[in-house]
Amino acid sequence: MEASSSGIPHLPGMEISELSKNTYEVYIGPAHPGSGHMRIIVEVDGDIMVRVDPDIGFVHRTMEKLAEGRDWIKNIPLFERMAILDACNITLPYVEAVEKLLGTEPPERARYLRTLLCEINRIASHLYGTGIFGVFLGHSTLYMWAFGDREVFVDLAEQMSGARLTHSYPVFGGVRRDIPDDFPEGARKATRYMRNRLNEYAKIFLNNPNIRSRLENVGVMSKNLATELGIVGPNLRASGVRYDVRLNDPYEAYGDLEFEIPVFEEGDSLARAWARIEEMRQSLNIIDKVVDWLEKHPRENFMHEKFWKTAPKLYKDVYTGQIEYAGKYRIKLMPLFASLKVPPGKAFARVEAGRGEMVYYVESDGKDVPYRVRVVSPSFRNVIAFKYLMPGHRLMDLPAIYGSFDYFPPEWDR
Amino acid sequence: MVGEVKKLISIQDLLKNVLKDNIISIEQNKGYLDVLVSTDKLVDSAKKLKDSGFDHVKSVTAVDYIGKKQFKITYHISSYLNEELSKYIIGLSTVINRDNPHVPSLSKIWVSAEFQEREVYEFFGIVFDDHPDLRLLLLTPVIAALKPLRKDYVVKEESDDIEADYIAYNTNKWW
Repeated sequence: MEASSSGIPHLPGMEISELSKNTYEVYIGPAHPGSGHMRIIVEVDGDIMVRVDPDIGFVHRTMEKLAEGRDWIKNIPLFERMAILDACNITLPYVEAVEKLLGTEPPERARYLRTLLCEINRIASHLYGTGIFGVFLGHSTLYMWAFGDREVFVDLAEQMSGARLTHSYPVFGGVRRDIPDDFPEGARKATRYMRNRLNEYAKIFLNNPNIRSRLENVGVMSKNLATELGIVGPNLRASGVRYDVRLNDPYEAYGDLEFEIPVFEEGDSLARAWARIEEMRQSLNIIDKVVDWLEKHPRENFMHEKFWKTAPKLYKDVYTGQIEYAGKYRIKLMPLFASLKVPPGKAFARVEAGRGEMVYYVESDGKDVPYRVRVVSPSFRNVIAFKYLMPGHRLMDLPAIYGSFDYFPPEWDR
Repeated sequence: MVGEVKKLISIQDLLKNVLKDNIISIEQNKGYLDVLVSTDKLVDSAKKLKDSGFDHVKSVTAVDYIGKKQFKITYHISSYLNEELSKYIIGLSTVINRDNPHVPSLSKIWVSAEFQEREVYEFFGIVFDDHPDLRLLLLTPVIAALKPLRKDYVVKEESDDIEADYIAYNTNKWW
């Protein structure tokens, strides 16, 4: 490593390449409303993109380093900040990995409650992605609709967990609390409403001739290319690969539930948009089934016995319905969580988050903080597609391809 | 390939069959199977694993074992197209020396590792030889030079005096 004239250390591989003739370099972002918190460096020949370099990292918050200095339980609210609208899905693999190290299995009711919030989050996340996609293409109506309808599911999550976005709902050994008594009724109303709305979405957006002409046969990703690039989530399934963690490696209650995985063969931007809509439909079915299950079964423990027995009396009384909560008390989690030491070991966990497969690698050396936490979020696995998929398209196709991938910069930048 | 998997008693046998002498040890961890190979056999092992159906990389991780003066690099791989293999996650690992760390890049075998190797490079200062495009990804050059995810890098806490912090920041005394 040698220092350059400006005093900035010069790392190998940082050479600035010369541009060839007749091409321009266009910097899109990071302040451009269409780029999110990232920059896309595009080299154009006329208006054909010849080289695309996704330049990410503008909202990096050093989460992997921060996690090495915080208690195990305090990392849950930290990792939530990656994608606050998908909070349960984002933190669930971390909780699962630590549970694997602890050797505790959540009780059955907790598994169903986690599944329920995961699906509510998935719908909220897809609605967010669809809405942003709409406004990228200049379709502000869909943007307003999707964000308005997302509120329904954010409210459901608030009823379950007490927080609109950062729920911190799954904790080691179970979940923080059970659903209120009037929840099933509200959930059924929401799913009934949303099913009708999805048909409207198809009419106004996906079957709209203007939108179709922007999306059809744009950004076509073949099955082999998607596999090679390691794309995840609805984008992968829109290219004809039948892979979903809920199906291939069932976790929580997904092994007991029946649902379909929508797979599309086209692999273009339109198929990716359709994949999200069809996935929301399946998520609505799952919510209905889980709510039925929760209603039929008694409100037994929603936390592993090991943690539940150390709970303060107030916590137990409130959550078993002995006294009415009514916002009067400040309820704390079990003190055992604060002094939790995790046995040494290495664990790997994956779940299917809203945007795709979420992966955590957790290593413990027996202390009260993790030795190493590695996070790979779905958006990062998707960002490589811009580099390999966009060249050859016109510059005006950039928002269509970018939006169809539902890329969310804070999620990767961590 | 699927038929072959069914014939074998376990995934461990499949790995032993594919990698043969390359394997130093196989360790069953929680949620994945860790296969340790030596650094000079890494590329060869990766090629063999890819040919046997492991088609993408989920995560590239480096762990700093400062006491042993070692880095352990793990590629967590699995399969999309082979349903039988997609249930398993294999950690292809190698251990390298902490001083002047170099490791062969696997980006040409698994394109999905390209950005993740860039990330490990900037956070740990591990150089991936033969990488097609080894540049910084998330960090600025000043911070990347400090290799922030190494264990000997300690995060400095802010003082109460904002002005002193600002001056220190501007004169590069912060780090």
